[in-house]
Amino acid sequence: MEITLTPPAKTFFALIPASVIYSLIPIIGISIFIYMMVIRLRPLQKAAPDVRFNNMRDRMYQLIKIWLLQYRQPRYMLAGVLHILLFAGFLVLGLRSLELIFVGIIPNFVLPGLGGAAGKIYGFLRSYAATWVLMVALIAMVRRGICKPARYEVPEKYGKSHTGEAVFVLFMICILVISESIFEASLAAAQTQNNLHAHFLPPVTLPWFFKAWMANASMPTLEWLHGLSYFMHEVTFFTFLCFLPLGKHFHVVTSLFNVMFMRLERGGVKPVKHGISDEKLDDLESFGVKKIEDFTWKHILDFYSCADCGRCSDNCPANAAGRPLSPRFISIKGRDVIFKKYPLLGKSSGNGGQPLIGKTYEEDEIWSCTTCGACEQECPLGIEYIDKIVDLRRGMVDEGLVPQSLQKPLRALEKRGNPWGKLEKKRIEWTKDLDEQIEIKELGKKAGAKTLFFVDSITSYDDRMQSIARSTAKLLNHYGADFGILGKAEKDSGHEVRRFGEEMLFQDLRDQNTEAILASGASCIVTSDPHTYNALKNDYSGLPKVEHISQFLMHQLRAGALDLKPVEDAAKVYAYHDPCYLGRHNAVYDDPRNVLDAIPDLKRVDMMRSRDRSFCCGGGGLMLFYEPEEEQRMGVLRVKMAAEAGANVIVTACPFCLVNMEDAIKVAGLEGQMEAIDLAELVAAHIK
Amino acid sequence: MAQLFTYIVHKGGLVDDTAAELALAAQKIGSGASVTAIVTGTGADLDAVCQQASKFYSQIWKFDHADLAYPNAEAIRKLLVQLLPSDGIFLLPHDTFGMDLGPGLAVKLKSAYTADIIGIDAVEEGNLKIVRQEFAGMAYTHVSVDISDGVVLTFRPGSFQSEGQGAVNGQIVDKSSEIGELNVNRRFIEIVEAETGDVDITKADVLVSIGRGIEDQDNVEVAEELAEAMGAVVACSRPIVDAKWLEKSRQVGTSGQTVKPKVYMALGISGSFQHMGGIKGSPFIVAVNKNAKAPIFQVADVGIVEDMLEFMPELTEKIESA
Amino acid sequence: MEILVCVKRVPDTAENEIEINSDGTDIDRDDLVYSVNEWDNYAVEEAIQIRDKVGGTVTVVTVGDDESEEVLRREMAMGADKGILLSDGAFEGSDGFGIASILKAAAGKGNYDLILTGAQADDGAAQIGGMLAAMLDRPYASLVNSIEVVDDKTMKIGREIEGGNQEMSEIQMPCVLSIQTGINEPRYVGIRGIRKVASVDIPVHGAADLAVDASAAGSAGAKVKRLDYFVPELGEGAEMLEGGMEEKIDKLVELLKAKGGLK
Repeated sequence: MEITLTPPAKTFFALIPASVIYSLIPIIGISIFIYMMVIRLRPLQKAAPDVRFNNMRDRMYQLIKIWLLQYRQPRYMLAGVLHILLFAGFLVLGLRSLELIFVGIIPNFVLPGLGGAAGKIYGFLRSYAATWVLMVALIAMVRRGICKPARYEVPEKYGKSHTGEAVFVLFMICILVISESIFEASLAAAQTQNNLHAHFLPPVTLPWFFKAWMANASMPTLEWLHGLSYFMHEVTFFTFLCFLPLGKHFHVVTSLFNVMFMRLERGGVKPVKHGISDEKLDDLESFGVKKIEDFTWKHILDFYSCADCGRCSDNCPANAAGRPLSPRFISIKGRDVIFKKYPLLGKSSGNGGQPLIGKTYEEDEIWSCTTCGACEQECPLGIEYIDKIVDLRRGMVDEGLVPQSLQKPLRALEKRGNPWGKLEKKRIEWTKDLDEQIEIKELGKKAGAKTLFFVDSITSYDDRMQSIARSTAKLLNHYGADFGILGKAEKDSGHEVRRFGEEMLFQDLRDQNTEAILASGASCIVTSDPHTYNALKNDYSGLPKVEHISQFLMHQLRAGALDLKPVEDAAKVYAYHDPCYLGRHNAVYDDPRNVLDAIPDLKRVDMMRSRDRSFCCGGGGLMLFYEPEEEQRMGVLRVKMAAEAGANVIVTACPFCLVNMEDAIKVAGLEGQMEAIDLAELVAAHIK
Repeated sequence: MAQLFTYIVHKGGLVDDTAAELALAAQKIGSGASVTAIVTGTGADLDAVCQQASKFYSQIWKFDHADLAYPNAEAIRKLLVQLLPSDGIFLLPHDTFGMDLGPGLAVKLKSAYTADIIGIDAVEEGNLKIVRQEFAGMAYTHVSVDISDGVVLTFRPGSFQSEGQGAVNGQIVDKSSEIGELNVNRRFIEIVEAETGDVDITKADVLVSIGRGIEDQDNVEVAEELAEAMGAVVACSRPIVDAKWLEKSRQVGTSGQTVKPKVYMALGISGSFQHMGGIKGSPFIVAVNKNAKAPIFQVADVGIVEDMLEFMPELTEKIESA
Repeated sequence: MEILVCVKRVPDTAENEIEINSDGTDIDRDDLVYSVNEWDNYAVEEAIQIRDKVGGTVTVVTVGDDESEEVLRREMAMGADKGILLSDGAFEGSDGFGIASILKAAAGKGNYDLILTGAQADDGAAQIGGMLAAMLDRPYASLVNSIEVVDDKTMKIGREIEGGNQEMSEIQMPCVLSIQTGINEPRYVGIRGIRKVASVDIPVHGAADLAVDASAAGSAGAKVKRLDYFVPELGEGAEMLEGGMEEKIDKLVELLKAKGGLK
């Protein structure tokens, strides 16, 4: 094929053959990139161990779903679609960029396999990709630079806005697609002018437009444009590559790995240190995360991978309530610490943000998290927050940095097995006010039963929540379960104790409960508290099967045994609030809804934020004892959401949700207009 | 019977209420024997105080000295050790001064010491049987004290309420010349006044006072709503201030403000004496507490056994609807 | 600075009603749990903070039985360097003077610049610090709620006095201070911390080691003796409003109106 324009590889820069320069650019670019990567990898090597090379099949599935297919992106429709287009464009154009590197060295180079029909199809595709990438980049620039969605704002305390960086990268992307298109269009224009064979440029694409624009350009102009565009592309490409590891666009490199290594199971909490058994924990010098390298390598990879999209913080109830926590900045501040401590040039500055608490993160910030998991559910890159928060808390507990208001309940849990320090013998007090004659067996040496009802502290001791215990007992009894309780032998499940970083106390509680549960001889466990459910299911091991009461009721429904009478007040509209530890952490979304729908005439609506986007009520367990500064209560926000959905009854399936909702109704001044009830209470009241 | 002495606490030229209370306690112990009140200080204030004290005591010993201008427990201990007989009975208020002076004085006098007395049960030869509380007022005890080698006793302020104004017209004896060396190793510098907050609870007629029973910072709002409905001001007990839920200026008690309202509504307050010590005058006290055994019910005029958290909104609603 | 902190193991009564046993000799201790006296915990935290600032060691000491070792370990887990248990059958029945005498003997075995106690305990009389100071002939201040070390010999201290005011003084060392709550925010002691010091040796000193005379300590020497526990007859208590919530509120509103409690 005759070519009219000089290929870049055959041109000269002054007297130097361009192929030399075009060999040097990739060599220098790639060298710098490798150098940067080596430095970026250093903290990962020094970091705590993590177990992420297991379940590779599941990991590949996640990789395809979340990374390649961008499954989570459309949860934010506009930004999501833009990102999917950009990402797809990147994948398509990446190949072309690779090819172009060699074009500067070997004239008319074509990637192996792209010579024939495949090359034609690819050329067709990449022309459109370049076009949509440019459009998306321009829209994104307008969006970032002019519309400025609130999600991307950087509050003053967290430093400077990242808009400049974002717009600069979008600008480079524009240069890449434009230069590549001009490079191609100029050649095509020249070929056409000389009546030679030209590559087919698909209509209404970027190269097609450029070709039309250059149709009458002189040959020297085309020659000049051809050379310049190639040069611009190469320089921009390697600048772009070396710019990536400097900031939030590092995710372009790390996202693949981050998603591949993302956590697969939900609900549980990482062990204090991977590879250290519980018995050996006492030998550890230090607990939890105190300095940046105490994070696991995956958690440091998380810091690198954060694209600053703000979805986590947008969904974080603590952030919404004005608490001093914004998950996005947990990542960004962590990344900043690493960048300073492991700089690309010069000496490590400062003390590397040590200790993290007080220097990088504030105590209140770390205690503000309710571990609801909304951030992790949303992150398109699989960044984890709960384990990091828990690890930081473990570090604080180890240093004695625990707010006074939490010390009392923790000490009471240690001494009495409940956070209020109430007497062990009063744990069964709720059984005294049962309205029917239900025999509640205390399981142990004397009595046995098939099902163990694990009541847990709040449901046992709190006057209001005892009603949930009684309703649950009534339901178990009504549907013929042979059940009993542990009574005095039951201790707090320790769910929040663990999530508040007091691992050793949690293990004490866990061991005591495990022993009592196994000694009871029960073959399944039922609880009305999702925190308990999650603890027994995901934090404990070697126990019989655990079910939440909604699942127990679902069995009855399936068996056709759920005989419920219609609701009395037809004016009531019910909204089901997904408790975090039933929904997001354990994917029980439908059972409670199906059970509700089994009550005849019950009108049910869903709130805008429901199911895996449910909005935390304010947190349970020890969170009840901790009051971070906040502008308003999460519960109040949630109650207002229910009102917006047109509901006047909030049905929860968690005692802590009920505490928070009932409080919030009072605080929001919605008494008389809104009420809250537990699923077990509601169903028990509708037994025929 | 051994000689009886009391120490008069005063401030700004005014005797403390405990002057009359100690006179009553001393009479109970001495069954009418003469009691000597010791007054230390300097200048015109001291004279005024001696005058006031003479209404309750037959004899006042006045000690005027520049080094006694501020009641430094160490200086006063030195003075008393020089002065008191080895088998004397010395009465002090159980306040921040008495707690500072009492234990060390007893050691130096080689006397017995008993603190925070709320009642005298029996007086025998060389022995006293007194009443105290333990566990924040949840348990009472009888305590026997061997007073044969003298004794230092501190009395809980407010435990012996005197009714009359006192008309003893005792004799004031200036003993300033007997003051010996008063060098101290703890030198008083200044008083840092508590910050006054946005409201002055000491001026309120009606106080809605909250204690531990409030459980949660957010519930403070509920109490504020009740106070608003009643036209009252919100006050609190120490734990609420320790938790930083309300300002120090809202705290009623010996370590907080002293208030004299007409009506005092104590919600979820158990009624420690430190708290009750901050309530003067004789307000109408309403106590709401879910623990029927709370000591507050012994001092309140009206008691209600309820959870304050359930009670407050209901009362607010009732008042607002009336 | 060498600091000695005197601590005490007490029943944890915060959430639990105290009941008196049937013969009135003691409170019902069956269901009680014990912990370190709250005021003492603040004292230990303050000692640790001072040590961390100016150097030295913190020693915690208690008079009690074997079980009292638990509170020493907790305070050592907090950061105290050493623990000393003063335990002897002969110490039983000691009054405040007796306890102070035992502590004095223990203090005499060291060279302490500063001795701290809690201002009071739930089952005490706010007396040990003042007695110990007098026995040792050292300056003393009670209810201390701020400490600032000025130099080797001097500290500036604040005492909490009536009306929420603070009395500032300068005090010469060595001295004894009794600490009021709120002076600091005591750090948390986790199970792990306690386990770490579980095997640290805690010396036990008896009457003979300390050369404490039987006339000073123990029940024989006690001039002050608790005779019994009792619940007073509630003759003049409050008028209790009975009935349902609504009834009570109606009655109360009437009373409040009569007493000028409503605007």
